[in-house]
Amino acid sequence: MTDNPTNNPEEMDGNRRDFLLISTTTLGVAGVALAAWPFIHSINPAKDVLALASTEVDLSSIEVGMAITAMWRGKPVFIRHRTAEEIQAAEDVDLGELRDPQADADRIQQPEWLITVGVCTHLGCIPSGQSIGDARGDFGGWYCPCHGSHYDTSGRIRKGPAPFNLPVPPYAFTDDTNIVIG
Amino acid sequence: MKRTQSSNRLVQWIDDRLPIFSYADQNVIAYPTPKNLNYWWNYGSIAGIILVIMLVTGIFLAMNYQPHADVAFASVERIVRDVNYGWLLRYLHMNGASMFFIVVYIHMFRGLYFGSYKAPREILWMVGVTIYVAMMATAFMGYVLPWGQMSFWGATVITNLFSAIPLVGDYIVTWIWGGFSVDVPTINRFFVWHYLLPMILVMLVVVHLWALHVHKSSNPLGIDIKTPQDMMPFHPFYTIKDLYGLGLFMIFFLFFVFFYPNFFGEADNYIPANPMVTPPHIVPEWYFLPFYAILRAIPDKLGGVVVMFAGVLILYVLPWLDTSKVRSATYRPIFKQLFWIFLLNCILLGYVGAQSPDKELLGMSMTFWGRLATFYYFFHFMVLLPLVGKLEKPKPLPSSIYEEVAKKCRAKED
Repeated sequence: MTDNPTNNPEEMDGNRRDFLLISTTTLGVAGVALAAWPFIHSINPAKDVLALASTEVDLSSIEVGMAITAMWRGKPVFIRHRTAEEIQAAEDVDLGELRDPQADADRIQQPEWLITVGVCTHLGCIPSGQSIGDARGDFGGWYCPCHGSHYDTSGRIRKGPAPFNLPVPPYAFTDDTNIVIG
Repeated sequence: MKRTQSSNRLVQWIDDRLPIFSYADQNVIAYPTPKNLNYWWNYGSIAGIILVIMLVTGIFLAMNYQPHADVAFASVERIVRDVNYGWLLRYLHMNGASMFFIVVYIHMFRGLYFGSYKAPREILWMVGVTIYVAMMATAFMGYVLPWGQMSFWGATVITNLFSAIPLVGDYIVTWIWGGFSVDVPTINRFFVWHYLLPMILVMLVVVHLWALHVHKSSNPLGIDIKTPQDMMPFHPFYTIKDLYGLGLFMIFFLFFVFFYPNFFGEADNYIPANPMVTPPHIVPEWYFLPFYAILRAIPDKLGGVVVMFAGVLILYVLPWLDTSKVRSATYRPIFKQLFWIFLLNCILLGYVGAQSPDKELLGMSMTFWGRLATFYYFFHFMVLLPLVGKLEKPKPLPSSIYEEVAKKCRAKED
């Protein structure tokens, strides 16, 4: 506290001390920040989780007008074998009246198969409409029971609070009746 | 309560309502510390930092670990193989346990050598012993969680210690297990305790520091702080000294983490737990070996367990077993030699604990050496310490820390 020669301001080289203090602190902070990364990254999806990121589905047993729900990355994927009327209804919509304008042709690979992620873009509930007899909303597609969003036969948002269309996951037909999602 | 020195209005406003700034100033920044602390005084702060490393790695490991007998082993392997940087988290945590004990043992022997447990720091010491006991319980239960062969049989053997209790022993063991063997309920509750105990450990550390800050740090001379000249502010002098020591220690720690991550472990723990087969040679983790040697030295089940626990608990009464008023071994010629003999005896106990009982050393069986070292362990505490304190003639003590430091400085300048 007293009588300590190194603590006497007159004898200190202020600039050198400042330089040492600032450079040491900077290096220390950078070191801690680097050390934090493994911890933050450890709770990202692990390698085994990423390895499960694709799902194969056999479409051959789905009759026209029916739908099935596949599981992809822990989420439901709606696969609907659309009827001619449903395809027609989806194609006939005037894009100007859509909240999230997108042509039906941009959302499909083969017109009879509509494949979308079955999670409402409002707050993540699963819309109803997969089974015959389910509420399908005013536009014949899906209806979300949580906050009343209506989707059409192309999975596009038409009415209610959801901001976007049901997203189309990446998928590919491996042959006429099999697809790989993801 | 002293007001904060800061001229910042916001700092003053907060400090007036919740005095965190003046508290930090009094306990970390301007905190008066003896001028003459050597590097043996680094280990307290290093132990605190390892505790933080163990907490942080443990919390992130727990986000991927599954405390169920069917999947625990696989979940640990998944952490090492699949989780991003999981290998790093696990090896930091695994080796961190050994590092924690290395540091705490040095910290404790520092206290033994320099008489840090003596008046007025008895409660500080006893809280420290409690921290040590809590650490041992935490480490044991953590070792069970990977659910390898050593985990399983370690858990079986250690929990069976309680079966030595007369009359109710078997019921207590069943109660600890939550079944009739170490199984699904056991690993589940061990995980809970392993997560809970460190939180209690943190609170004990707060109490330890609270007691420390009443009479401040002891020092290598073992004499009291008398004037402000004997002291220096903690910051920057000891923050820098502690950080320097921490840097060296981290090199030592990370050397094992990156190059020999399984150095302190047992290969058998990479075999999944099998309740039908006990490994041929079962030993506890190195930090329990001296007590394991004491357990095996006593040819009676209950007696062995009692003496082993006594070996730890005797530390609680150490401040009253040592009758000398002089703290530092520097001024106690006989005690100083006894200290080193005691340290060697502890190492001998550890060595004996790691060997199988039928092996021989210098023509005598391990059982013989174990019994000899166990006897000396208690002889040191219960006979030598009380007697030497009375019989020994200590060297004259320096009159003040300040004078002694000044003398050394002058000697260096000449």
